[in-house]
Amino acid sequence: MDTKRVTNALALGFLWVAAGSTVLILGTLIGYVFIKGVGSLSLSFIFTAPQGVKAEGGIWPTIVATVYVTTLAMLIVTPVAVLAAVYLAEYAVQGRAVRLIRFAADTLASVPSIVMGLFGFALFVEAMHFGFSMLSAALALSFLMLPIVMRTTEEAIRAVPKYIRWGSYGLGATKWQTVRRTVLPAAMPRIITGIILATGRAVGETAVVIYTMGTSINLPLSPLDTGRSMTTHLYILATEGINLPTAYGTALLLMIMILSFNLIARYIVRRNRRMQG
Amino acid sequence: MSAERKTPQAAGDTQDRAAAASEPDAARDPGDLRLISRATYLKEKALQNLFLACAFVAVAGVLLIFLFVGLRGWPIFAKVGLWRFLTGTRWLPSQGFFGVATMIANSFLVMLGALVFGTPLALGTAVFLSEVASPRVRAVVRPAVELLAGIPSVIYGFFGLIVLRPFIAAWSNSLGLGLLTVSLVLAVMIVPTIAAISEDAMRSLSPGIREASYAMGATTWQTIWRVLLPAAKIGIIDAVILGMGRAIGETMAVVMVAGNAPVVPHSLFQPLLTVTAAIVMDMSYASGDHRTALFGLAIILFVISMSFVAALRLLSRIGGGEE
Repeated sequence: MDTKRVTNALALGFLWVAAGSTVLILGTLIGYVFIKGVGSLSLSFIFTAPQGVKAEGGIWPTIVATVYVTTLAMLIVTPVAVLAAVYLAEYAVQGRAVRLIRFAADTLASVPSIVMGLFGFALFVEAMHFGFSMLSAALALSFLMLPIVMRTTEEAIRAVPKYIRWGSYGLGATKWQTVRRTVLPAAMPRIITGIILATGRAVGETAVVIYTMGTSINLPLSPLDTGRSMTTHLYILATEGINLPTAYGTALLLMIMILSFNLIARYIVRRNRRMQG
Repeated sequence: MSAERKTPQAAGDTQDRAAAASEPDAARDPGDLRLISRATYLKEKALQNLFLACAFVAVAGVLLIFLFVGLRGWPIFAKVGLWRFLTGTRWLPSQGFFGVATMIANSFLVMLGALVFGTPLALGTAVFLSEVASPRVRAVVRPAVELLAGIPSVIYGFFGLIVLRPFIAAWSNSLGLGLLTVSLVLAVMIVPTIAAISEDAMRSLSPGIREASYAMGATTWQTIWRVLLPAAKIGIIDAVILGMGRAIGETMAVVMVAGNAPVVPHSLFQPLLTVTAAIVMDMSYASGDHRTALFGLAIILFVISMSFVAALRLLSRIGGGEE
C-alpha cells in the first residue's frame, strides 16, 4: 500500500518539476534578454540608423522594415484567409475538395521556414522580378500566415451559435447577407485575435525574410525597396559577434513587440468572453 | 450522407465532428439558393465560388512551393542522380561531390535529441495542466506555455549561443556547439507544440473514466498512468509528430548553435551540420550546381515535413476507426 503512495508522490513531484521548469525557462529567457538589453534601449537607439562597420547607433531602418513587411503581409493575407475560412465553415460540404484544402493548409502550416524562404526567393524575387523587396517578403510571409489565420477564423465562425443564423434567415436574408451581417461580426474578436497571433509569428520570422527582402540596411519606402528586418539584424550581429549591446537591445525590442502582440490577443479574447457572460 | 459523415477528420479538428453531427440541417438549409430570385442566386453563387477560390489558395501555395523549389532543384537530381544525392556522404560542392546523407542523418539526430529532452518536459507540463494544477496555478503555467510558442527562433538561437554555449563549453571542454546544445534549444522550442496538443487530448477525455478510476481507489498517478494516458494515446502521438516536424524544420536557432561542420558527430559536443543549416550557411555564396543542390535539399526537407503531415492524417483515420 505504501509503495503506491510513494510512487504517486514521486510522480506528482515530477509533474510539478516539469511544469515549473517550463515556466522557469520562459522567465529566464525574458528576464535575461530584459536585463541585458534594457541598457541599450533609448529613444536614439530606436530612432537612428546603424553606423559604421560595427553597426553602432540605432536600429530604426530595421524596425521600419519589419513593421512595413508584416503590415503588408497582414493586408494581403487577411481577406484571402478569412474568405477561405468562411467557405470551409459555412459553405463547404464534407468531401474530397475540403479534405484536399485541409491537407494543403496543414502542409503549409508545417513548411520549414527555410523552404518558404527559398520558395519566396525562386518565385517572387527571381521569377516575378520583384527583387529583394518588401513586396516579395510580404507575399512569402502571407503564405506562412495563411493557415494560421484560416484555422483561427474557421474556429471562430464555428463557435458562433446556430440560432444567430436562424434569426437572420428568418428575416429573409440570403446566405451571404447572413454571413456578412451576423456571423462575421459575431466572430470578429476571435478573428482579430488570430490575425494578431499570425502577425506576431511573421514579426519573429527570419529565414523567410533573409531570402526575400535581403540583408542590406536600408530605410524602405516603396514596396519594391530592399531592407533588413530586426530578426535578420539580430542574427547577423549575434553570429558575427561584432556588437553585442545592439544585439541585446534588438532582441529585447523584438521580444517586447511579440509579447505585446500576444497580450493584446489574450486581452481581446478575455474581454470578449466576459461580454458574452 | 451517413457515409460522408464518417470521413476521417484533420488532426485536432474536433470542431469538424461537431459540424458533421449537425449535417442533416444542411439538407434543409434556410439559405437554400432555390428559394430566391435569379439575380440574387447568381450573385450568391458567384460569391460562393470566390470563397472556394480563396480556400484553394492554400492548395495553390503547396503546388507553387513544389513547382518553384522543385524546378530549381531538379537539375541536381538529374545530374548526380537522386539515389546518389540522397545516399552520398561527401558534401564538397566545390569539388563536385553532392552527397547529403550526412546532413539528413544529422537532422534526424537533432530531432531525436530534441524529443529525448523535450517530450518528458512537454508531457509532464500537459498532464500537470490538465490533471494536477489548481485553476490559479493553471492561470500562470498555461500562458507561459503559449508565450514560449511565440518567441522567435532567432531569440532562442541567440540565447543558446550566448547563455547555454559557455556552460556546455566549460562543462565538456569543447566549443560548446553541437548535438547537445542544439537538442536542448530545440527541446524547449517544441515544448509548447507538444504540451498544448497533449493537454487538449487529455482534457477532451470523458470525465467518467477519471471518476471510475478514482472510485476504484486509484491514486492520481495510477489514474494518469493506467487510464488517462492510454486513452489519450492518439492525441499525444499527434502532438509528438507535430513536435518532430517543428524540430526537423527549425532553421535559425539550429544554425546559430550547431557549429555547422559537415560530419557525423562522434560525441555530443562535436559540431554538426543539419539540412536547414546547410542551406542557410551556403546560400549566401553558392552558385551554379551548388545553389541547385541547396534547392534540392530544400525540396527533400519539404517532402519530409509533408510526410509528417500525411502520417498525422493516417493516424487520425486509424484513431477515428477505433472510436
